[in-house]
Amino acid sequence: MNTTDMQKRIKEAAADFGWPRIIIALFLAVLFILAPFVKVSIASSLSDIINRFGMNALLVLAMVPMIQSGCGLNFGLSLGVIAGLLGSTMAVQFGLTGWAGLFGAIALSTPFAVVLGWLYAKLLNRVKGEEMTIAMYVGFAAVMFMSIMWLILPYSSKNMVWGYEGKGLRTTITLDGYWNRQLSDFLAVRLSDNFVFPTGLILFVAASCAVMWLFLRSKTGTAMTSVGSNPDFARASGIDINKMRTTSVVMSTVFGAVGILLYQQSFGFIQLYTAPLYMAFPAVAAILIGGASINKASIVQVVVGTILFQGILTMTPSVINSLLQTDMSEVIRIVLSNGMILYALTRKSKVTR
Amino acid sequence: MKKQFVLKSFIADNLVAVIFLAITIASIPLSGLSPVHIIDDLMTRIGRNAFLVFSLILPIMAGMGINFGMVLGAMAGQIGLIFAMDWGIGGMQGLGFAALLGLPVSILLGWIAGSILNHARGREMVTSYILGFFFNGIYQFVVLYLFGSVIPLHNRAIALSRGFGVRNTLNLEPVRQVLDNAWLVKIAGVRLPMLSYAIIVVLCVFIVWFKKTKLGQDMRAVGQNQHVSNAAGIPVEKTRILSIVISTVLACFGQIIFLQNMGNMNTYNAHDQTGFFAAAAILVGGASLTKASIPNVFAGVLLLHLMYIVVPMAGQNLFGSANIGEYFRQFIGYGVIALSLVIHAWRSRREAEKARALLRSEGEEA
Amino acid sequence: MSNDTPLLRLEGITKDFSGTVVLENVTFDLRAGEILGLVGENGAGKTTLMSILFGMPVIRETGGYGGKILVDGREVRFSGPFDALDAGIGMVHQEFSLIPGFSATENIMLNREIAKGGIIADIFGPRLSTLDRATMHTRAKTAISRLGIEIDPEMKIAEMPIGHKQFTEIAREIDREKVRILVLDEPTAVLTESEAEILLDAVKRLAATGIGVIFISHRLHEITGMCDRVVTLRDGKSVRDVPVGETTVEEIAVSMVGRDMAPPEKNQDNRVFGEPILSVKNLWVDMPGEVVRNVSFDVRQGEIFGIGGLAGQGKLGIPNGIMSLYPAGGEVLFKGKTLPRGNPRTALAEGIAFVSEDRRGVGLLLDETLEWNIAFTAMQSQNRFLKSFLGGLVRLRDEKAMKELANTYIDMLEIKCTGSKQAAKELSGGNQQKICLAKAFCLEPELLFVSEPTRGIDVGAKAIVLDVLRKYNRELGVTIVMVSSELEELRSVCDRIAIVSQGAVADVLDPSASQAEFALSMAGLRESGKNRIKEN
Repeated sequence: MNTTDMQKRIKEAAADFGWPRIIIALFLAVLFILAPFVKVSIASSLSDIINRFGMNALLVLAMVPMIQSGCGLNFGLSLGVIAGLLGSTMAVQFGLTGWAGLFGAIALSTPFAVVLGWLYAKLLNRVKGEEMTIAMYVGFAAVMFMSIMWLILPYSSKNMVWGYEGKGLRTTITLDGYWNRQLSDFLAVRLSDNFVFPTGLILFVAASCAVMWLFLRSKTGTAMTSVGSNPDFARASGIDINKMRTTSVVMSTVFGAVGILLYQQSFGFIQLYTAPLYMAFPAVAAILIGGASINKASIVQVVVGTILFQGILTMTPSVINSLLQTDMSEVIRIVLSNGMILYALTRKSKVTR
Repeated sequence: MKKQFVLKSFIADNLVAVIFLAITIASIPLSGLSPVHIIDDLMTRIGRNAFLVFSLILPIMAGMGINFGMVLGAMAGQIGLIFAMDWGIGGMQGLGFAALLGLPVSILLGWIAGSILNHARGREMVTSYILGFFFNGIYQFVVLYLFGSVIPLHNRAIALSRGFGVRNTLNLEPVRQVLDNAWLVKIAGVRLPMLSYAIIVVLCVFIVWFKKTKLGQDMRAVGQNQHVSNAAGIPVEKTRILSIVISTVLACFGQIIFLQNMGNMNTYNAHDQTGFFAAAAILVGGASLTKASIPNVFAGVLLLHLMYIVVPMAGQNLFGSANIGEYFRQFIGYGVIALSLVIHAWRSRREAEKARALLRSEGEEA
Repeated sequence: MSNDTPLLRLEGITKDFSGTVVLENVTFDLRAGEILGLVGENGAGKTTLMSILFGMPVIRETGGYGGKILVDGREVRFSGPFDALDAGIGMVHQEFSLIPGFSATENIMLNREIAKGGIIADIFGPRLSTLDRATMHTRAKTAISRLGIEIDPEMKIAEMPIGHKQFTEIAREIDREKVRILVLDEPTAVLTESEAEILLDAVKRLAATGIGVIFISHRLHEITGMCDRVVTLRDGKSVRDVPVGETTVEEIAVSMVGRDMAPPEKNQDNRVFGEPILSVKNLWVDMPGEVVRNVSFDVRQGEIFGIGGLAGQGKLGIPNGIMSLYPAGGEVLFKGKTLPRGNPRTALAEGIAFVSEDRRGVGLLLDETLEWNIAFTAMQSQNRFLKSFLGGLVRLRDEKAMKELANTYIDMLEIKCTGSKQAAKELSGGNQQKICLAKAFCLEPELLFVSEPTRGIDVGAKAIVLDVLRKYNRELGVTIVMVSSELEELRSVCDRIAIVSQGAVADVLDPSASQAEFALSMAGLRESGKNRIKEN
């Protein structure tokens, strides 16, 4: 193969892969290279990134079913988060700690997630075409509704309610003494001074990815993929399109619920009220950075995207701030994640017709 | 041939407005506010917010749905105000100066936004929403880092303590309520900012005139059917971009009017909810994603702000918590937009199916 | 009277799409004031010819055309539709180009609105001039009255009956000041009889003012009733050009369909068929473009039943409706039991398979591999190619079995590919069609619907496909219903052929029936009782 052929092939591969992704990957590489020069420890950076990866991976994984079934980017992830918040607050209320706390929270969240997901799916099935904007605002409205609920629901545990009045949940509830870092510390391996590998967490994430992978290989998963690729084809093969979409939405919501539980156990706090409002956006940005499009996503893309995105979020504050003596991390985060989503929205559909 | 006024179909067509009105009316007695107070607040809010809502009309007409990217215009207006405060220009000249500076910026931003939206056909609304976030990042960068360093600031008082970047809260005292006070009429304890109203009237005239021009007609055509318009030779892409440009410019002016009434500006957050408020207003006022008119704007601003005045107080009195009223207010706002979008999507599908059935039955008669 | 130079002359027009010749040396004239009827089957080249005449971009993008177009004796080359409009050619297409929310006036004047200038327009550009609605209204009214019909110019298109929409389209074209040639493509297709009469009168009146009209239609009676001359296109060539007075409807019909071809040899094997496996009564199907109104026929077990007819007459709607891919109604009995409709799953479960005419849109997942495509329907509707775990709770794709299956069919159908893992989109049309067939065969159906089996396939692949179908029928006893626009194909393979016209079965003919019988059936003339030829 001569050089011009090679150049052409590289160009095509690059265009296919997407210039924004290449830019982001290069940017991250540059940050890593700069790190030692500005006295940022690579070991602790890596540790951070792996932890944040574990924290966020499931929320990003939750995007996959709905993308594959043609429902688009799940801007309504906040519904899954709400289910997780209900589960975790109830677990704390019941005084569940340790493994009972974590798995209790998962068990309590799941029915909420299934119900919310099912209702959400019914709505989406009636509005095919404008799903994303509607999902956004339904999500916002739901968060606001729950904000009222957090004030009214009869929680009573001392650790959760405002001291003054004795009712109404606090804005953040600590998980210290409950299941803080339950997974992260499980079988954790200390590799160096500031590098602790959260084995339990990563195992859980890996197991979840395996479940998703198996699902996509199943009969239902295969059918779901076809609905996103070519709904006419799917219909002609006797597949019930609405049923597939509903299944994908419920799955997405359940993964979202478990995802926020993982996030909480890493972060150490349950965050209520307006915290879930914009939680969908980083997850959307992450999977798009990983290479997904609006109607095709894979598990590899989830992993790659989350690592890249969390890598940027970790490295930018430490490196750039040391370099420029100023905190640009917020601005960079906003421009990068939204720029990535913009890029995906303006691509022509990746699926051939 | 005038259709008879049927209550049932009126309610169905304006379901969102009706629900809204019901909740608001129920809240008025609960709020404990006096009628004079409510009307006074309402009149001020109309003068302050109506202009912004008008900026949504043209993109809806051109088939772009709700232009959440109007926030780009708001940011341009804010930059204009920063310069005005920096140069110490006050009064009406200050506002004019800000508008003059914001104009080219909003034209440029509108052009960029429109071009990007042309690449995202069928997904304009969610794209314009993300565009707003994206440019917010750029705005933050400009205001936080470029002002005071690359862009010289003369007035040290508006800079951050570290030397560059604009303060979190910008004092707009020199231009505070100049529009409102220039021609203030008081009737029975209610203050009416007549100049603001006059400006809004001029804007209405502009929009009415615009709809009668060829460009307005082109926009309507493009909004209804891009394919047919293209076949007839109308420059579809350019027309769409123009609708966004005009929208952005109007948002720029609208934000300046808004901020002069507020009296000070949260430099980094003032524009956060601009798109949301305007969208909620126009949707509550009866507009849909494909049809919006001047009455929708007025009805919407009236209803939305009436709700914003009474509901938080009602919530507080009812539940004993100020927070609940506040959350409820936001819940209704988001819920209204979600409901409008759902009704619109559902309606469009119904109409498409009906058209198909009609075509079939007519074909059978032939 | 006519002057010597024709208003429009098409000379030696030739066009090919990537090597396939679609038009060959088409030549004819149009004189001022003349009404020329243009007939031909779909696929004969009418649409392409009109695209060339109108300067449509697709022609230029696919290599341009050969030959000349002369207007008033001078050669013209259009680089786009607006050039054609400038030269005075107006075209009324079959699909309406109207904006439903606009009034008739606004549509008629679309992008040619009359505007009043002003200082603002002078400064900021012509698009900011105000529309002069009064004058526009008058203009529209004039154009509409030239057609001899009453339409309220301010009525919105969406509220008009379909016939009025058609008239509005035509009014738009004739309002253009420069119009001298008008092309009407199936203008009466959606009109009632009375509306059609009004239109034909209007066209005659227009022609009397000197406009040359090209009138494309399948309704041969309209052609003979109104046109001065009729030109027949067949297989891309203009095979006939006669004054209407010198020919008959039958001759025109035959000229459209007939080929210099010997009738196929009668089937040697005297085939015996069983009871009807499929009974269709009063089927209607709402498939846009291929509406079925009232179709009834029986298919006997073991036969190859053909369904033919002109495009748009409904033949493609039949299998789509029976398989519930489009809304349908009426009675369908399969193996004596009523086939419930509404869900494609049911037909598949009962043992009916369908190879759609829309290969790329419905038949394939273009981004996926051959393995996926071939095994998919069997996997979903028959639970095959799955490995079960946990007592049937979890069913995963059996990739190994899918690969073996794909390889079997690759061999059997001689599918040219780099392997079973190649993406379907990379294969040629013919090989893609083979994949669709493989997908259907894999289901081991008792009844197989195949629509347009050899559309867009090269000659060699065509023969293989038809052979395979014949083999399946003979060796496995699969009953086949084949829908096709290619008459020779149907005649060479089928045991009986139904012709669909106007959404209903016009006739069921033996493959050995004459060209004329088929032609007249397809032209919808047989059901009217005129000139019935003896059936066998």
